Amino acid sequence: MSRTAFINARLVDPASGLDVKGNLLVADGKIADLGPNLFSDGIPDDAAIVDCRGHILSPGLIDCRVFTGEPGAEHRETLRTASLAAAAGGVTTLIVMPNTHPVIDDVALVDFIERRARDTGIVHIHPMAALTKGLAGAEMTEIGLLKEAGAVAFTDGDRAVANAQVMRRAMSYAGHFGALIVQHAEVPELSTGVMNDSELASRLGLSGIPAIAETIMIERDLRLLETTGGRYHVAQISCAASVEIIRRARGNGLKVTCGVSAAHLALNENDIRGYRTFFKVSPPLRSEEDRKALVAGLADGTIDIIVSGHNPQDADAKRHPFAEAAFGAIGLETLLPASLALVHNGDVPLTRLLGALTFAPADLLGLQTGRLAAGLPADLVLIDMGMPWVVESAKLRSTSKNTPFEDRRVQGRALRTMVGGRTVHVHGDGGH
Amino acid sequence: MTSAEKQLPPIFPHRHLLGIEGLSAADITALLDLADTYVEQNRQVDKKGSVLRGRTQINLFFEASTRTQSSFELAGKRLGADVMNMSVSSSSVKKGETLIDTAVTLNAMHPDLIIIRHASSGAVELLSQKVSCSVVNAGDGAHEHPTQAFLDALTIRRRKGRIEGLTVAICGDILHSRVARSNILLLGAMGARVRVIAPPTLLPKGIDRFGVEVFHDMRKGLEGCDIVMMLRLQLERMSGSYVPSQREYFHYFGLDYEKLGHAKPDALIMHPGPMNRGVEIDSAVADDINRSVIREQVEMGVAVRMAVLDALARNLPNELRI
Repeated sequence: MSRTAFINARLVDPASGLDVKGNLLVADGKIADLGPNLFSDGIPDDAAIVDCRGHILSPGLIDCRVFTGEPGAEHRETLRTASLAAAAGGVTTLIVMPNTHPVIDDVALVDFIERRARDTGIVHIHPMAALTKGLAGAEMTEIGLLKEAGAVAFTDGDRAVANAQVMRRAMSYAGHFGALIVQHAEVPELSTGVMNDSELASRLGLSGIPAIAETIMIERDLRLLETTGGRYHVAQISCAASVEIIRRARGNGLKVTCGVSAAHLALNENDIRGYRTFFKVSPPLRSEEDRKALVAGLADGTIDIIVSGHNPQDADAKRHPFAEAAFGAIGLETLLPASLALVHNGDVPLTRLLGALTFAPADLLGLQTGRLAAGLPADLVLIDMGMPWVVESAKLRSTSKNTPFEDRRVQGRALRTMVGGRTVHVHGDGGH
Repeated sequence: MTSAEKQLPPIFPHRHLLGIEGLSAADITALLDLADTYVEQNRQVDKKGSVLRGRTQINLFFEASTRTQSSFELAGKRLGADVMNMSVSSSSVKKGETLIDTAVTLNAMHPDLIIIRHASSGAVELLSQKVSCSVVNAGDGAHEHPTQAFLDALTIRRRKGRIEGLTVAICGDILHSRVARSNILLLGAMGARVRVIAPPTLLPKGIDRFGVEVFHDMRKGLEGCDIVMMLRLQLERMSGSYVPSQREYFHYFGLDYEKLGHAKPDALIMHPGPMNRGVEIDSAVADDINRSVIREQVEMGVAVRMAVLDALARNLPNELRI
């Protein structure tokens, strides 16, 4: 029976609002006990001791939006390299998108992901399955069987389900299984551009994607949801108007949730200046006003979760003129510091922020993790909130190096990551 | 001899000419003044100079162009450079060679100046980061076409004696036009009042923040103008996607004598070419020798490009690079 004792920790459990100095005991891969008075009679002799030196011990982060290249494009990222990046970033559970070759739209492929995750990954990995066969947007997948096989939600990933009839039936059908539908909210006909539709786009001579591409799709889906029932989640919102739409829909009692990427909380369209393709993401980075509205939406709870939107693209896909370059940015290792910037700025309280990275995604997907509670898996991250570091793409674990945070000074780092009681990452001495 | 005979004094503090953005009024004036001297040289029997002797100029055109490419070719040759034309069709892209591979390959041949046209905005800037010579943007997507703006400015200055204080109307497909963007920047920097006239579907987002006045009515927009600059509207954009038809477009936005009557009596007509006669401009107006300076623009184009090549070459190292 292996045991680990975390001592001198700042225990932060966003779900319960706990934020106290204390200790935590891990036994047999689970959290055995925790609290300020734990070990007042002494630390068990057989336990390995981790001195947290006052740093934050939090539930491990859960990242609900990760693209990899496995199967089909392993040169971009495998489940293993994604899990290495995740561990280094304090992420203990990652959810992979079905946009692979082949597409994850069949029970056998869900099994494949789960087996590869188990055999090669060092963090928990669960797949979202495709909502439509082949991501073609026409016929729904076997939602019931896929859910039983382990698909945690249903989405066409970075493609919108554009056909209203398809979405209507999918919502209606999925609702019966309690399955969550995750939409990439973008009207395809309005999304032929390459960056936010703005004065800057006009100056750069780049075609724009207007915010209405997103808001029209969300409004449409919410209308459908009113009639079908079911559970609906917008994968990533990018603009102020979407925050307002979600806020209003919640007020009307609709079961809608939404996420935002750490990149959209930290960056805006001005970062594109000079045609920097690493800032080409979908949905596009928008204005500073939009960014501020997203931060406010996160602070007041309108936005439920923060995701990395991790989307590895190799250099060849990015070394093009802006319009021709691939969309996507990696983000697993920068999820934590990019998010923590909002705490350092005083924009979002710490427990609210960590909540959007831990119990909120766990609850959304029905995962038994994301909390500091006895009996739950010991998925933990020890965080040095203040540690400054410079993001260097060469040192990141992802196979692809397309980080928009290259050369940025950031603050906050995972010192130690534990998944199911097993230490999977240690930075420096990682506490000791 | 591997370099120019003597180093002329630098007049242009930039390594590349990627756009008008970032240039000062002084930079612009210096190039226009130099171009003026080349206008005179080009009208002589002996047009040949030697400031680019020993220099290699590559015209790298990823987009077909007759007039701009020949203008750059002539400009380089009249200054004594060895000029190579490369028209890269989309086929080599299909072969898998990336834009950057092409640039790196060419760079290994030690050119001194590369003139680039590409259909994607920002492509020329991207290439300029990968080569060790000077780069001139000959048009990138809907971004910039700086030498066109210079030749337009030179034409205007020689005809009107100044740019400052003039009212210039740019009419037509502003949305897709790199010519419009470069002209708005250059004319604005030189103190002209710039108007844009187009249907709302052919105006880019936020155009009102470019320091221009926006009109949707050609007659109102042309009122009191000194210069009427027409833009080409590509035919495929005229069948319902941006405007309903050629007929309707010409009716409201085509330049004819009736609409021209709203501009100043001595207003000049300009067009970057190639023209769609009867679509954006009436044929008779285009050929009106009293009003149209369209052919003069072509002449100024060579002089301006000579000035640009000369000015950039003055900043090139004169010793052998290893």
